[in-house]
Amino acid sequence: MIIADRKPLAELLEMIQDCDRILILGCKGCVTVCNVGGAKEVGILASALKIARKKEGRTLEVDERTLERQCDPEYIEQVKNEVGDYDAVISMACGVGPQFLSTAYPEQRFYPAVNTTSFGGAVQHGVWEERCAGCGQCVIHYFGGMCPIARCSKSLLNGPCGGSAGGKCEISKDVDCIWDMIVRKKTEQGRLEDLLDVKPPKSWDTARDGGPRRSVREELVQ
Amino acid sequence: MRLSYPSNIKVIQVPCSGRVDIIHLLKAIEDGADGVYIAGCLEGECHFLTGNLKARKRVNYVKKVLEELGIEPERVEMFNLSAGEGPRFVEIAKEMAERIQELGPSPVNVQKKAA
Repeated sequence: MIIADRKPLAELLEMIQDCDRILILGCKGCVTVCNVGGAKEVGILASALKIARKKEGRTLEVDERTLERQCDPEYIEQVKNEVGDYDAVISMACGVGPQFLSTAYPEQRFYPAVNTTSFGGAVQHGVWEERCAGCGQCVIHYFGGMCPIARCSKSLLNGPCGGSAGGKCEISKDVDCIWDMIVRKKTEQGRLEDLLDVKPPKSWDTARDGGPRRSVREELVQ
Repeated sequence: MRLSYPSNIKVIQVPCSGRVDIIHLLKAIEDGADGVYIAGCLEGECHFLTGNLKARKRVNYVKKVLEELGIEPERVEMFNLSAGEGPRFVEIAKEMAERIQELGPSPVNVQKKAA
């Protein structure tokens, strides 16, 4: 799923400084699962913003709503009757949400409440880690089911580098060296020789280097 | 045991301190409470195993939110005591009431009155 973190409240307050009436729009997709932009977090943000405003001696009217998803026009359409009633709309979805909203309602101002960080999963309750870099050409099967592009700080395909020490990456003691893990797993499996197959430089055409990506399923296009 | 605690404290009973969520604490502040605290069971003694531990984490979260908003985080607190400790309940209530007295009214209320 897409992982995100909430922006600091000061940044959000700055965004809506001239607003008296706002809508906070949550998303029931990825950001609900990573506890940053679902109905619950919408309620918490609404309350926090109202407290901040009361402290300033001003009022802020906040309506809360959470859409099924904010990455599909059919759900974006559900707010068409009310979206114009507000001075601004804060979207708690990933970076996709405010863009879909802005496209659908060009006259309204949409602000992102979260910083979208990565594609990943929960390694334990409350902790999410990056697992995929969306490079467009999956190679995890060469590396024991672990992605060196997303999980190696240098995205090395023929690692490890000299910065690997005690199973950790030199950038931080909290970051595992994925190449250490790959080598260990391959050794345990008795397939270490797989890594003798040197990988040539990867084509990044399918990644961001090739420009914005687009996926088309002809059988579905109407 | 007829013990009295400060009359400006409003008690809201919940089945377990784990029932108290972040939004409940924030709403209390938003609606004008000068402070809010959770009196949960002793750590390790939760009937539902981790309710009081979760409550503490939520209190810490709300403290951070208040800090971000420039409001004293001490206005929110977590206490642990057993259901049999009546005198301790009173002690905590007095301690919290005194703390809030020292802090003064919540900035939310000060502005409300001034307006």
